[in-house]
Amino acid sequence: MSSVLYDAPGPRAKRNALIGSIIGAAVIVGLIAIVIKRLADRGQFAAEKWDPLINPSDPVFSQVWNLLRSGFQSTLTAAVLAIVLSLVFGVLLGTIRMSLTAAHAPRFSLPNGLRWLVVIFIELARATPVVLMIYFVAQVFPQFNIRLSADGAVRNLWYLVIALTLYNSVIISEILRAGVNSLPSGQREAGLAIGLTPLRTLQLIQLPQAFRVMLPALISQLVVTLKDTSLAAVALVGFTEALNQGKVVTQALHNPIQVYFVIGLIFILLNYLLGKLAGLVERKLAKRTAGGHVDVTAVGVAGGTDQAATTIAPKP
Amino acid sequence: MEVLTTHWDLYVSAFWMSVKISIYGVIGSLILGTIIATFRVSPIPPLRWFGTFWVNTFRNMPLTVVCFFVAFGLPQIGINGAYFWFVIVALWLYTSAFVCEAVRSGINSVNPGQAEAARAIGLTFIQTLGLIIMPQALRAVLPPLGSVLIAMMKNSAIAGLFGVPGDLISNADSLIGAGGEPALTVLLWTCLGYWLFILPCAALLAAAEKKVTIAR
Repeated sequence: MSSVLYDAPGPRAKRNALIGSIIGAAVIVGLIAIVIKRLADRGQFAAEKWDPLINPSDPVFSQVWNLLRSGFQSTLTAAVLAIVLSLVFGVLLGTIRMSLTAAHAPRFSLPNGLRWLVVIFIELARATPVVLMIYFVAQVFPQFNIRLSADGAVRNLWYLVIALTLYNSVIISEILRAGVNSLPSGQREAGLAIGLTPLRTLQLIQLPQAFRVMLPALISQLVVTLKDTSLAAVALVGFTEALNQGKVVTQALHNPIQVYFVIGLIFILLNYLLGKLAGLVERKLAKRTAGGHVDVTAVGVAGGTDQAATTIAPKP
Repeated sequence: MEVLTTHWDLYVSAFWMSVKISIYGVIGSLILGTIIATFRVSPIPPLRWFGTFWVNTFRNMPLTVVCFFVAFGLPQIGINGAYFWFVIVALWLYTSAFVCEAVRSGINSVNPGQAEAARAIGLTFIQTLGLIIMPQALRAVLPPLGSVLIAMMKNSAIAGLFGVPGDLISNADSLIGAGGEPALTVLLWTCLGYWLFILPCAALLAAAEKKVTIAR
């Protein structure tokens, strides 16, 4: 392995690495063995705990998986709805913030007032926990008799989607702004030089390229949103997403470790694949813009709750 | 306003509880994340595999699932404790994966020529790391690390709804549920509580970022 930290290993370093490998492997295997033994001592590997999840001939197998499947369907529905809506509102917010800056409006004018409102909204929304937003919508909407739908399940879905949209549209508007800022300034100057207004320049020249730069970041944001839907398990208990459905199963079968293990595994698989897709798209698109590059790891990082501090680096 | 003045003491203690959870979370996940990062860049393959496994597991799992897993799993392997500590441990596990990736990508962003030059003039491994690589890596680490830490502070809000008594959001929950106060006012003050410590931290990190990136 060639790394910034180490020189190419010589014979002694190779021997030390081998000894380290053996000790390291022994410690890790030992820890895993202790955990497995303790779990086994408490009967966590008993067939009655696992069979409903992994053995198709178990009487409740299909029931359990129907619950989990409908749960993941709700999770995906909420995540996709939220990301599509956030895209719409994110573009709107981003455009307002960017185009009103460009307009050079007088300090105390309507456009400038609107811009400040948008800036304050964005900054405050970024500093609010998503789980609090979900809880907020779920508590406050019924209080004001905003029912959205007669069907309880649909209503809960919309509460979740609205809360996630509220949060993610702000994040997306910031990703978009970072994308636009990462373009070479010549792009905007050329647009203005051929007589486009600043708003048209943004629409026709900057945004289409910013979208390309931020597509990987958008996919990462989908991962974040997918994970955030499961906050409903604590903030919006009525919504039948994956984790709440898991709770239903554990209440009947008393096997929380096994059920959450399976749910966690499905989430990991889904998100890992989406993450790989984001990386792939990033590499594909890297060659196709005028320049600029938004670092996905900095944007999509921290679960629901990302500050969208996007780092911009010039394209290598 | 009335909601805040009547329940002033509750809000103040809830605020400090949330700050406490955040501080424990930040310190623990920084330490754990750095350890996992050293695993991921170490010359010992099993440790690298373990680090990769750790990051892929906890980065792709929802924090809620991690919380449930910790709360149900730890007692089964003989570790018991208050819900407070279960949530903190879940925050550590979850956030450490992101901290690790931030630190690792920072170290990798340093040009290998820098380390080669350092070794060529005879610096030891510790000197190379401390004098040459870390000061440069810090610049690349700080922006993503800052956003990870702010995210963790916001994630800490999960504690209250997960069953830890006395933080801002569980305070709001009991004021609305048992206290019968209007949800909108209670929750607006709760939001304000979070903004009171998250916004200054974000501003602080942004300032620090500006200070280190300008030198490049």
